[in-house]
Amino acid sequence: MESRNGPGADAPVIALRGVAKHYGAVRAVDGVDLDVRRGEVFGLIGHNGAGKSTLFKMMLGLVTPSAGEIRIDGAPVAGRGARAVRRRIGYLPENVVLYDNLSGMETLRFFARLKGVPLAQCAPVLERVGLGHAAGRAVREYSKGMRQRLGFAQALLGRPQVLFLDEPTNGLDPEAIRAFYATLRGLREEGVTMILTSHVLAELQERVDRLAILAAGRVQALGSVQALREHVALPLRLEVSVDEHGADAVQGAVRGLPLEGAHWRGAQLHARCPRDAKMRVLAVLASLGGAVLDLKVHEPSLEDVFFGFAD
Amino acid sequence: MELTQVLTVARKELRDRLRNRWVLAVALVFTAFALVIAYAGGAQQGAVGLRSIEATIASLTSLVIYLIPLIALLLGFDAIVGERERGSLDLLLALPITRLELLLGKYLGLAAALALSTLAGFGLVALLLGAQVGPRALEPYAGFMASAVLLGLAFLSLAVMLSVLAGERTRASGMAIALWFFFVLVFDLLLLGLLVATGGQFGGDALAYLLLLNPADVFRILNVFSLEEMRNTFGLATLVPTALGKPWLMALVMLGWIAAPLAVATWRFRP
Repeated sequence: MESRNGPGADAPVIALRGVAKHYGAVRAVDGVDLDVRRGEVFGLIGHNGAGKSTLFKMMLGLVTPSAGEIRIDGAPVAGRGARAVRRRIGYLPENVVLYDNLSGMETLRFFARLKGVPLAQCAPVLERVGLGHAAGRAVREYSKGMRQRLGFAQALLGRPQVLFLDEPTNGLDPEAIRAFYATLRGLREEGVTMILTSHVLAELQERVDRLAILAAGRVQALGSVQALREHVALPLRLEVSVDEHGADAVQGAVRGLPLEGAHWRGAQLHARCPRDAKMRVLAVLASLGGAVLDLKVHEPSLEDVFFGFAD
Repeated sequence: MELTQVLTVARKELRDRLRNRWVLAVALVFTAFALVIAYAGGAQQGAVGLRSIEATIASLTSLVIYLIPLIALLLGFDAIVGERERGSLDLLLALPITRLELLLGKYLGLAAALALSTLAGFGLVALLLGAQVGPRALEPYAGFMASAVLLGLAFLSLAVMLSVLAGERTRASGMAIALWFFFVLVFDLLLLGLLVATGGQFGGDALAYLLLLNPADVFRILNVFSLEEMRNTFGLATLVPTALGKPWLMALVMLGWIAAPLAVATWRFRP
């Protein structure tokens, strides 16, 4: 708690400076600077081959950067201090297959020993991910969702300050995804810093504080979902439902407005509206009284933002 | 290096092999073969039943020299590359454990499983033999068991090395089979070819020392050349340099065969 209020409170938990990884002529990661702040949920997004997993592995000290420096809580992630750093982090790899012959509890005890965590922590952690009832069963009998939860459980051992979650909901059913994010919210309240990747962008959109969009080995955009939307200035989409007698009035009123691609679909007017004209357009439409039955304004999705950058 | 990390991994590997009954199955295979050879090994000479302990060891040696390298290679080829393919290697390496600790833990756990099944399998037969020939005659048999364990550990070390070098599991298994063919079948033929091609010019001591480049041959030397009765029976005493007749020296060479591949594996197992 002290560090959160002390002089280092604003220091990034994870700091990347000029990080690059070259495989021969291929620049998998090409000069990345990034700060992940304490207690935030940070999303890392990119197509396959964008350099996402290489960057992730470098942050975990699994891959040595060709250039640059990565620090967690001020300490380098590789080299002599690596063991101390690794005691403070949790990692859930994508699609990990654990040991079929061990039970859930034995698996956790194995990881707890390696992490130097008291074995008494295993049972509560299993409960937390909803596997308390299956602790004694062999992992070979676990469903895919249960295996994923067991992987998540080992990441939570030792109350890590930083969690690395690689495509954590890949292959889970909607109910399991909901339960997973409920656990994540609890961890966020405890002040745990989390960095996660996902290709299901709609899923991340509501759940991260900030995100970085990675393409061709570089960070193409960085910020909150809102900031990214504004940055790319994608127009809002308008959907105006019109009374059958009011069509002419609406048509006349919108003629002077900066709408793009206006067209009718039955009794509905569809158009794109520049972000800075939003209030003016709404005021005009509201002044038409009964002619307008309903009005919908769609924000661009993160997918729109993502493809605006990454393509 | 932290020993607790090594032992945690080793214990998990051993438990895994005990639980899937690998240790039991291999021990039973050894027991069955040892029994058959002890009692029927002399059939070609027109007799069945228990022969001298040394003749039994000589027969067992020629079997074990095929079997143990194969079993050890099959046990170990998967050690690292298997974890890599399952995605659990990254997970392990992101824990507070070094690559050396993980590698040693893997090796020690598998080594314990192999040693356990070797000692249990041949040990059971030792009890039966002991009842018939008396416990004193068992001394060379104990030596045979120890050398069988060393042979297994040497090939296990080679297997773990392949497991680090190979990028894929299927490739590692192919390399393991190739290695088995080379050391168990091809190597001796090459030496023989060398001897014949040079018209016996290149032979004698130098050729004998070349045998040390093959852990399977070291095992053969340990069990055939160093037994008094064998040396006399086959007239080998005049052929083999006396240094090769010293069991402790051969055991040392075998330890080298355990250490060297592990050293290569450690060197190549880098981020």
